[in-house]
Amino acid sequence: METINTTKNIMIVGVGGQGTLLTSRVLGGVMLQAGYDVKVSEVHGMAQRGGSVVTFVRFGEKVAEPVVEEGQADVLIAFEKLEAMRYAHYLKKDGVLILNDQRIDPIPVIIGAAKYPDDIIETLEKANNVIKIDAAKEARKLGNDKTFNIIVLGLAARYMDFSKEEWLKVIEETVPKKTIEINKKAFEIGYEMYSN
Amino acid sequence: MIKKQIMLGNDAFARGAWEAGVKVSSAYPGTPSTEISESLAKYNEVYAEWAPNEKVALEVAIGASYSGVRSLAVMKHVGLNVAADPLYSASYTGVNGGLVIIVADDPGIYSSQNNQDTRAVARAAKIPVIEPSDSNEAKEFMKFAYELSEKYDTPVIVRSTARLSHSQDVVDLMDRIEVEDKPYEKQISKYVLTPGNAVNRHVEVLNRNIKLQEEGSEFPVNRVEYNDLSMGIITSGIPYQYVKEALPKASVLKLGLVNPLPKKLIEEFASKVDKLYIFEELDPIIEEQVRSWGIDAVGKEIFNVPGEYSVNLIKRVIKGEEPNIPKSYEVPGRPPVLCPGCPHRSTYHVLNKLKLHGAGDIGCYTLGAAPPQSVLDTTLCMGSSISTYHGMEKAKGREFTKDWVAVIGDSTFMHTGINSLTNMVYNQSTGIVLILDNSTTAMTGHQDNPATGTTLKGDHTYQIDFSKICKAIGVPNVEVVNAFDLEGLTKTIKEAREKEELTVIISKAPCALLNKEVTKQYKVNKDLCKKCGACLKPGCPAITKLEDGKVFINDTMCNACGLCFSLCKFSAIELEELQDRRTYL
Repeated sequence: METINTTKNIMIVGVGGQGTLLTSRVLGGVMLQAGYDVKVSEVHGMAQRGGSVVTFVRFGEKVAEPVVEEGQADVLIAFEKLEAMRYAHYLKKDGVLILNDQRIDPIPVIIGAAKYPDDIIETLEKANNVIKIDAAKEARKLGNDKTFNIIVLGLAARYMDFSKEEWLKVIEETVPKKTIEINKKAFEIGYEMYSN
Repeated sequence: MIKKQIMLGNDAFARGAWEAGVKVSSAYPGTPSTEISESLAKYNEVYAEWAPNEKVALEVAIGASYSGVRSLAVMKHVGLNVAADPLYSASYTGVNGGLVIIVADDPGIYSSQNNQDTRAVARAAKIPVIEPSDSNEAKEFMKFAYELSEKYDTPVIVRSTARLSHSQDVVDLMDRIEVEDKPYEKQISKYVLTPGNAVNRHVEVLNRNIKLQEEGSEFPVNRVEYNDLSMGIITSGIPYQYVKEALPKASVLKLGLVNPLPKKLIEEFASKVDKLYIFEELDPIIEEQVRSWGIDAVGKEIFNVPGEYSVNLIKRVIKGEEPNIPKSYEVPGRPPVLCPGCPHRSTYHVLNKLKLHGAGDIGCYTLGAAPPQSVLDTTLCMGSSISTYHGMEKAKGREFTKDWVAVIGDSTFMHTGINSLTNMVYNQSTGIVLILDNSTTAMTGHQDNPATGTTLKGDHTYQIDFSKICKAIGVPNVEVVNAFDLEGLTKTIKEAREKEELTVIISKAPCALLNKEVTKQYKVNKDLCKKCGACLKPGCPAITKLEDGKVFINDTMCNACGLCFSLCKFSAIELEELQDRRTYL
């Protein structure tokens, strides 16, 4: 049972309504296509109404547990800054945090009962390998706000060992037909933002 | 060649029902079970419907079974309480065509009002329970459940949990088994539960349970994995996956039949391992039975957490390892909120201004208990708002309840609220019942109900009219108001409070998420904004206060409901027509 060590753990966190479910479907599809065993675990129901949402994606030769536990994530994809901070401790020591530089105030902040933390990015950078992206800006340039999640995924793809073609093929099979072209473009934008 | 596909647990349950040859399915939506019915509705060979509640759903499935076809009812754990009446008696009548009830528990309480262990209900009703551990088993065990149902003449519960229902993994797609309809035979001693017949059926049920317990040890859904014999673990469902991850070398008895327990198999396994653990989420159902057979086992005294289990839990309490977890940050919570443009926000704004207490119910509008709405004082179970409100009036009189209203959604009213309203009329209650009609069952993901005019299969149907129903029951005052008409709603409620008789107010506007395309939005004219904060009060997530005290409307979130526009006294909020249609996130 040495396969446990080869299992990779990906997490997608964000705010209900940001499209974490679609992103996890693409991730799962790519891994299955590459011949891996895959498990994806999502949260539905009440939490989706603007609450904090988290999706786990695990792949390897044989995957048992469907969730990623604290200190286990290889890649943490955060669609929102506060959510990145909430789940940062799920990252492994050498894990990568793909952070979309967007702020969405939670209700305690809106009604003045709590303060949105300052300097989230600076704080996280002290302890983690943080890759920043302003995907909302890129999505607006592309002409469809909704594609920001696929732009983030394009950048995150650089931290997983699959070819661009594999990703684009699964995007084509997963997203609604009318949005295939724009989502493929969105993916390429994120993919090209990688600098090393 | 077998086709492999990655599939959500709930889609796999539906696929399993289809492959098993199911012809009729009835359900009421409830997280985490909802997608099963939506998925099943896509198969042409299956008649699938939304029923107004779980009791109706189960009775529909029982009727289909009596007539001789394989049938299904689907619900969440609390739904099984509503369906308990037909459930306990269907155990006595048995089946003709196979009858399966999928019940999804929610051990993490992600979207429920309590925690319950369906195995406990099944034990009391003496109904066998099958529990899969992944999507492929979800599909395959469905077929086994139908065989079991027909062979042993019993309804069968297939138990899921939120984690199984909402995890995707790889399944092998197979063809549908074409099951021939069974002939119907009149059998009064079996299907008519008069006391005389029930006495005999009770004996049959007890014998069936003993037979299942004996023969269950041979069922292919159970699996013994002998490995290192110093440690043996009995488990089932999703907890099995945690065991495999944390203790790959341990011996495991993975139970697929969790009621009645396969005693011989468990005794044999227990005799071969040095130390026996029982790893089950929620109640110690397996543990207490195994111990009662004189077998020494460790369970809840170390796995003493109320919610979902984990790999880290096993590592801590069995291996004595402290997992290497980095320090977490203190951050503000992000509880679920009413969406931008939600009509409930507008209704609650009025109720809040009138300083009214609300007897609440189950749905998105349960969020009206939290600040800044802060209207609801109670939320118990489906349909309870109206009856608890009535109880308060009977206990403390009209003086007490004149500061109260009952608040219930359209689908919940059809579910069981209507019974309670009948009771208010019959027993001469006064007061105000608000039906928040957003034309959908929103919280579970926008399912249709008898008041939406569409069936689960997408067919057009008669749309039940709340106003007519309330009048037919005998409610003396029935008013319909647009949920965004703040003045109209305030006036209607104030007038109703003066009356010494019952008023139903239907506060109507569609759920904001039903409108997939947004063609306009509101924006703030910063020159006119006086920083008064009136628009911030209802807590719309699309509105943010900037550092200079002025407000900003997030253009990717605004759904143009106009509530902030109505509240701004300085005309600082302006409507903007969008050139490109935007799809709501």
